[in-house]
Amino acid sequence: MRLKKLVLGAAFAGVVGVAVPASQAVAQDTLFVPLFTYRTGPFANSGIPIANGMHDYLNMLNARDGGIGGVKLAVQECETGYKNEKGVECYDSVKSKHPLVISPYSTGITLALIPKASVDHIPVFSMAYGLSASAVGADFPWIFNPPATYWDGMSIVLKYIAQKEGGFDKLKGKTLGYIYFDGGYGLEPIPLLDQLAKDYGFSVKKYPVPPAEMQNQSGLWLSVRRDRPDWMIMWGWGAMNPTAVQEAAKTGFRMDHFIGVWWSGSEDDARPAGAGAKGYLSLNFNAVGANYPAIKDIEKYVIAKGNSQTPKGMVGENFYNRGVMNAAIIAEAIRNAQKLSKKKAIDGDDMRRGLETLQISDQRWKELGLPGFASPIDVTCQDHNGHHSAYVQQWDGSKWVKVSDWISPMKDKVLPLAYAAAKDYVSKNQPWPKRTEACDDKTL
Amino acid sequence: MFYREVGQYKTSYSADEALFPILQDKVGIAVILLVAFVGVPLTASNFTVDSILIPILVFSLAATGLNLLIGYTGLLSLGTGGFMGVGAYACYKLATFFPGVNIIVLILCSGFFAAAVGTVFGLPSLRIKGFYLAVATLAAQFFLSWCFIRVAWLYNYNVSASIEVPTKTLFGLPVTGPTATPVTRYLIVLSIVALLTLLAANLMRGRIGRAWMAVRDMDLAAELIGIRLYQTKLLAFAVSSFYCGVAGAMMVFLWLGNAESESFNINQSFLILFMVIIGGLGSLLGSFLGAALIWGLPIVLRAAPAHFGVSLHSATVEQTTFVILGVLIIVFLIVEPHGLARLWQIGKQKLRVWPFPY
Amino acid sequence: MHLLYSIFVDPFVQMGAAPDLLAQTLWEGLVSGILYSLIALGFVLIFKASGVFNFAQGIMVVFSALTLVGLNEHGVPAYLALAITLVVMLALAFAVERVILRPLVNQPEIILFMATFGLTYFLIGVGELIFGGDPKVMISDQLRLPSGSYRIPMAGGFVQMQKIDIAATVIASLMVAALAILFNRTRIGRALRAVADSHRAALSVGISLEQIWVIVWFAAGVVALATGIMWGARSNVSFALEIIALKALPVLILGGFTSIPGAIIGGIIIGVGEKMGEFYWGPLFGSGIESWLAYVIALVFLLFRPQGLFGERIIERL
Repeated sequence: MRLKKLVLGAAFAGVVGVAVPASQAVAQDTLFVPLFTYRTGPFANSGIPIANGMHDYLNMLNARDGGIGGVKLAVQECETGYKNEKGVECYDSVKSKHPLVISPYSTGITLALIPKASVDHIPVFSMAYGLSASAVGADFPWIFNPPATYWDGMSIVLKYIAQKEGGFDKLKGKTLGYIYFDGGYGLEPIPLLDQLAKDYGFSVKKYPVPPAEMQNQSGLWLSVRRDRPDWMIMWGWGAMNPTAVQEAAKTGFRMDHFIGVWWSGSEDDARPAGAGAKGYLSLNFNAVGANYPAIKDIEKYVIAKGNSQTPKGMVGENFYNRGVMNAAIIAEAIRNAQKLSKKKAIDGDDMRRGLETLQISDQRWKELGLPGFASPIDVTCQDHNGHHSAYVQQWDGSKWVKVSDWISPMKDKVLPLAYAAAKDYVSKNQPWPKRTEACDDKTL
Repeated sequence: MFYREVGQYKTSYSADEALFPILQDKVGIAVILLVAFVGVPLTASNFTVDSILIPILVFSLAATGLNLLIGYTGLLSLGTGGFMGVGAYACYKLATFFPGVNIIVLILCSGFFAAAVGTVFGLPSLRIKGFYLAVATLAAQFFLSWCFIRVAWLYNYNVSASIEVPTKTLFGLPVTGPTATPVTRYLIVLSIVALLTLLAANLMRGRIGRAWMAVRDMDLAAELIGIRLYQTKLLAFAVSSFYCGVAGAMMVFLWLGNAESESFNINQSFLILFMVIIGGLGSLLGSFLGAALIWGLPIVLRAAPAHFGVSLHSATVEQTTFVILGVLIIVFLIVEPHGLARLWQIGKQKLRVWPFPY
Repeated sequence: MHLLYSIFVDPFVQMGAAPDLLAQTLWEGLVSGILYSLIALGFVLIFKASGVFNFAQGIMVVFSALTLVGLNEHGVPAYLALAITLVVMLALAFAVERVILRPLVNQPEIILFMATFGLTYFLIGVGELIFGGDPKVMISDQLRLPSGSYRIPMAGGFVQMQKIDIAATVIASLMVAALAILFNRTRIGRALRAVADSHRAALSVGISLEQIWVIVWFAAGVVALATGIMWGARSNVSFALEIIALKALPVLILGGFTSIPGAIIGGIIIGVGEKMGEFYWGPLFGSGIESWLAYVIALVFLLFRPQGLFGERIIERL
């Protein structure tokens, strides 16, 4: 009886307590950067290293430099589990605390936030993911996705394949297999792939992987064996990646003809397949390895001090460095915004201006302690992406090795697609607010 | 003492058969509605309205729909997420085809599409009973999830395979889309939910509700006394899916603002099932209480460490939330297996006889 | 016309044209069917003896595999980790019986079903807290599980059989045989069947319900561990595995909720049907039909035989 009363009381308190405003106080005069992370759920294997990289770099700036421009960064993680509703809930809970920028790390959450960004004056930074059409700055003044879009990535993959085959004319008659996550992320590059197939005379076989079947791909790879494509291109995420690599190795597919996009290139994607994964390729636009001054600073100021959840051995891995790159771009944009607005404690509008005119050259990467770490970043009002190059890396059994030069995307094919997609999005989402934000670099 | 019905005389049949015959009930409902329609918009923060109250209302409507099917008719269904999705995508397509029409009309109409789909997937219910029927509805769930991604016409061939909600206005105020204020959306959701709940309550008190409850208790006997089983069961599926469809349309148009196939997957079905069971099968009040507990509790648990100044990693908070939720569900079921609604009934009974123990 | 051809004729033409692929598909179907049936076996065990549909079976698979790998990561040698994991599953069975089953005895099934949902959440949270959310690699070589594959040339092509799959088939058969012997030939098995028939009658002849439940949940835990090892060795150990457990439901439908051979045969039918359907008829629908094909197969089956292949006929009386 007592237990019953206790539980009833607790349940009642729980239901009533729902009205408790759920928020953590953020001190004034800080640069608030919320991190939408997923350390749980079926995509955790991809989400954890990125979350660690972002968290560690930003905290390193606090510990080493006292923040940016003398103002400390307030970094707060919000767990989304890669679910859209949780992402929107995280957004709602941080909205009132004047976040500078949101990096959702999920195409689904990004799509949900795109219409809200311009209304709430919070920029969304979806680095090489999200809505590729948001590269068109005139239609999406608050969304940024450098250094490259999915279409750029697909064209780079095809350029590499053509390179390996001996020229684009050699692609005629060949079959390319496209295995992809059955969602917006995987569906987006398909129009470009189909168009290039028409232009260059190769055929495309598509293999969608439903999210519920990510770890059950044996039937799919049997179809691959039947269709015998010459190359396999993968657009995967989370548990889909390692399963695909394992299944490919099992069916005996030529691993050096299996190339994944930059989100399918984690060490954890190739490692579980053991020796069979050797030769697996993937795109990348950041460097792998821990031998960079900034990363050594992270180890000194953050990890050694116990302020990090990063396990030993994760520092320097591909997705960890991806997180570091994301954080570094955010930090540079904050500096840029401080310069443009002449304020130290900037807000969302300033951050937008900072992101919109962001230029990180190779020299600047060197100054940041990350020489040759990433492709240069070059955002303008008109082009929020930059359409930069990526290189191809190969798994040698224990680590990634760069096996190609930086390959530039087919801008002539990608840019018309981007403009068309942006127009399509705007027309389907009327009334879409016309851009009223001023442009600082005279490109618009 | 507080719930004494002594002294309240009814002088007409209609007074006796009213939905809330007791004065205390009438006052109670009036207070709740007052707080909901007036009090909340004036006092609650945007976060509370947007991330707590609107989702609870949307899910309570879906839970009401599922409760009609499981609690009142005894047909176990795991396709709730799929039917919500049908309502959402139907509303999206209707908004594309009829851009000028009032959004509330569209939301209510999309329920009919969900009802049609629900009826089709309810067809096996005459042959298949009990838990096996649940698996048949699982087929509906997975098939519909697959359709939402594979049938590109449903999302207007968007490259992102997701549906974005256009801004719609009502009396000049934007009610959907990013410019709509949480309070506006909340009031519309509240009105629709209140209306449909009233409809459900009256449905349950009438001939149809009794037929459903007869089918739940023993369908063989029900058939013997003249209830046409097939029509009754299909009607249950239709009405339940209508409610789920409207809830799904509201979820996309008045809460999230966008949706993709994964928003209506099997986990959504399980979530609504939890709400129904915890709230109490066969009780409309239970749907609301269950939704409030299942949605609200994790939010409170997540906010608790910060509130008390304890700093934990967000992932740890998330995992602890799972553990506490699991333990609470088990403890709750042990303590009161009939759900929260039963707790309210017990409370009411205690209020009747207070200060006496019985 | 072309549509009819492509549905009814072409797939069979394809089957004949590439018999090695047909054999491979059948093998893949068999293997995944065996794996589904392993999960279904856990369900059947618990349902047979306690009338509870254990939704937590999927997470028990993940949890047991995680415990095994997690212990090994901390330096415990493989077989000792295996033993410790078995002890953990036994402890879990005791805990479940004491905390969930005993207080909820005699409640309607749906309440018990819901309680296993609570158990699922609890195990997900505890599993992630203790072992972390990132996926782990199954320690197949430490467990001396075979790796590599046999390549059998056939009809111009080849059929590839992973050794781990063969091992899984063998282990599953052994487990089924052991369970069949347990149920039919031992005293405990008789007690289990008695409890499955009627709790009250079993109590009245002096069978200790609590003991039986602990044994049954432990047996289900062992099955879950075996399943976790096999599935984990094929892909990796992560919480995404839990969703695959849902696939066991069509297996249960086909085989009946209370029949062990039914679980195996149902599993094989579902596995083969799913893989063949996806391989030969999938491209017609744009692929990816694996997610719902199993359920539709089960549904069609149910329409003709509502109690499943081996289930007891439901006789309703007024």
